[in-house]
Amino acid sequence: MPITKKTFPIKGMHCASCAITVEHELRKIPGVHEASVNLVNEKATVAYDSEKVTDNILSSTVASAGYEALISHEFEEEDKEKIMREKELSDLWRKVIVSLALGALIVWGSFPVLMSFAPAFLTNPWIGLFLATPVQLWAGWMFYRAAIPALRHRTANMDTLVALGTSVAYVYSIVITVFPQIVSVTGAAPVPYFDVSTIIIGLILLGRYFEAKAKAGTSEAIKKLIGLQAKTARVVREGGEVDISIQEVIVGDSIRVRPGEKIPIDGVIESGESSIDESMVTGESIPVDKKIGDTVIGGTINKTGTFIFKTTRVGSETLLARIIELVEEAQGSKAPIQRLADKVSSIFVPVVIMLAIATFIVWFGIGPEPRLTFALLNTIAVLIIACPCAMGLATPTAIMVGTGKGAEHGILIKDAESLEVAHKITAIIFDKTGTLTNGAPEVTEVIVFGDVPENEVLRLAASLEKGSEHSLAEAIVKSAESKGLLLGATEKFEAAPGYGVSGIISGKSIYLGNRKLIERAGISVTMYEKDIVKLEEEGKTVVGIGIENRLAGIIAVADTLKSTAREGVAMLKNMGIKTAMITGDNERTAKAIAKEVGIETVFANVLPDEKETLVREIQQAGNTVAMVGDGINDAPALAASDVGIAMGTGTDIAIESAGITLINKNFTSVASAIQLSKDTMRTIKVNLIWAFGYNVILIPVAMGILYPFFHTLLNPILASLAMALSSISVVSNSLLLKRKLYPHK
Amino acid sequence: MFPLNKKAAAAAVYSIYMDKLIVGIAGALGIVAVHWFFFMKKTKETIANGPSIDIRVEGGYSPESITIPVGKTTILNFTRTDPTSCLEEVVLSDFRIRRQLPLNQKVPIAITPQKTGEFTYSCGMNMYHGKIMVR
Repeated sequence: MPITKKTFPIKGMHCASCAITVEHELRKIPGVHEASVNLVNEKATVAYDSEKVTDNILSSTVASAGYEALISHEFEEEDKEKIMREKELSDLWRKVIVSLALGALIVWGSFPVLMSFAPAFLTNPWIGLFLATPVQLWAGWMFYRAAIPALRHRTANMDTLVALGTSVAYVYSIVITVFPQIVSVTGAAPVPYFDVSTIIIGLILLGRYFEAKAKAGTSEAIKKLIGLQAKTARVVREGGEVDISIQEVIVGDSIRVRPGEKIPIDGVIESGESSIDESMVTGESIPVDKKIGDTVIGGTINKTGTFIFKTTRVGSETLLARIIELVEEAQGSKAPIQRLADKVSSIFVPVVIMLAIATFIVWFGIGPEPRLTFALLNTIAVLIIACPCAMGLATPTAIMVGTGKGAEHGILIKDAESLEVAHKITAIIFDKTGTLTNGAPEVTEVIVFGDVPENEVLRLAASLEKGSEHSLAEAIVKSAESKGLLLGATEKFEAAPGYGVSGIISGKSIYLGNRKLIERAGISVTMYEKDIVKLEEEGKTVVGIGIENRLAGIIAVADTLKSTAREGVAMLKNMGIKTAMITGDNERTAKAIAKEVGIETVFANVLPDEKETLVREIQQAGNTVAMVGDGINDAPALAASDVGIAMGTGTDIAIESAGITLINKNFTSVASAIQLSKDTMRTIKVNLIWAFGYNVILIPVAMGILYPFFHTLLNPILASLAMALSSISVVSNSLLLKRKLYPHK
Repeated sequence: MFPLNKKAAAAAVYSIYMDKLIVGIAGALGIVAVHWFFFMKKTKETIANGPSIDIRVEGGYSPESITIPVGKTTILNFTRTDPTSCLEEVVLSDFRIRRQLPLNQKVPIAITPQKTGEFTYSCGMNMYHGKIMVR
């Protein structure tokens, strides 16, 4: 009997009786041997037979008592890494404290003003050596540990500089301590610099400590997404329900989800209905009501009802898995803006070492007395002030936070390049059907012009369109089916993309499509122009149906606009972006819809394969173009634009041709995506200016360039403080992106 | 007298400038040496034998330059033995991969290059570099 002991947090306990209730309920579970609940740290510790008791039983028991158990299923791997990381951090912290404490004692005994108050023994250089040695060789060991293997590869890094700088100070100080008379020859006072070596190590380690803490925050979003993945699913099998590991779930399994539970995997509801909070995956804040036949997304939370759904996708195919993969890939990509920083940082350290040597030569050769002291301190200052890390961190940290922030809002960015280009967008082209509109058009009117009755016109049209996947066709078929009309068989079916369809039904030639198709069949529409125009001006798409050689009637189909379309377009216009709409519809219908949404330019009667050419023409007019489409029918146009933006349909993400995929249906996400790009680019630019400016200004100052004019030099200790602050400030600046709200208010 | 004066003057100049001269020459040589050491190195190429190749991460990547075939999937097995925080992450930006390398654990990264050429990869802060030659 395998006994497992587990400790997990319990939420919602307020008093001792709460703790007793939870404890009591846990003890009642068959297979639980021992249970204790601690009110103070809000944790339960349970010893149980792991064959009989599962995490789900524990959490549902706690839930039935009215509290929430936060049981982590993925204790092993993730936590092991976390524990290791925490240990590293606490080790680092210990080194910081020891270095700074010992450094402070040395400063007390050596700093001119403080020295007079110091106990006599502290002013002894041998005591300095005694205090500085553990700092140099124990706390500072990590710099050597990194620098030496790097040298073997003939590369150098940040640690090389710190190791060199502090070693120079430390070794020189030893020489001074042991043979004070040596330097007297050069005219310099025999002063050791143990304070410099220890405080520098202390401060740089302190900087690293905060940097490590801050850097962990940059990957928070992806960790959150990974954490959304469920570990188990309650599968409905013959004779009951069993909890199985998520890896064992196969396509077609029926899974039951109760209120408050996480939906473990993607699927379609088979029975029951509920309201589902999808905000964690799509960024859509309002819960969505779902009923039989609706899709559910793994990782989202079921709010009110109980339902059973059939699994449609498992493993790496699920929406959540693909989102995680996409965000991870984006975070691994490089923004073009980073290229310069990359070039500089790859040669930076050796160049700094050369500059440090040059500093020594110049100060020793033509500097004022005591030359050796000046030469030495300035060389150390140059080695310490230089900060290649800030340059290396400037772009990637912002990209990590930016793409993560996007994912939280349902904005998936394919790569850093798309994120970079998006901030330059000057024109946006929207595909109409399925993008601006819901893509679920409905038949609003059937008008007949002859003796063929209305239902027969509809029946013939529907029979012809039966096999088509075009949204207009679906609307017509749906309308006919709702009226209970029996559809007939079509012979010689022909589809003319962008125009319509034709075929023979019961021996009669039938034409269904736009004005051009009907006219091409030799049928005149001029007599009915007035009716057609009227409907088109209402924003409806009019389809004519020709039987043999005359127009039997027209069918008007209207698609509803997405509720957020108008707001989204207005936001873009406020940002100074030109808007255009592209559609295969006729001009009148298109203009009517564009007017309703607030779009300025309309490109109507565009055939599917002309969209790409149109995008290129707009680009050639000097615009940076984003094309917004559904990512399926308009893939070439999306790929041709500078940034393709695919508006997902909730569960399907067409990521191949799109630079940015919006997984929610909220139109304001388009503006949010561009705003996010602008914010991220601003952060990157500030970071780069800071990182470059810092080095470009402070390295010459450390070399002593100000000395001839102002007699100012940079103390190596101040240099180490500046260095420690520079990487932290870059990472912190990137983290500020997290605070932004989208869409901007 | 004159030759003697010249000699004495030379001796005086020598004593004042000798240390500066030595430092100057040694320093200049040092700069040249640094340049040679870091910038003039030649990397040895390692050609992948089979579908995977082991890369040790310690003070850099060994082997530093690998040659792999185009159009085929090659698994790069990274094992980091160096605790330096800089090396925690490996970034193969041409393949859109950024991966954490836990200490002393083999992390397999599969890549399928679609075109030939030279691709560099680096640590998270772009301090250490490796090269992938696709032929």
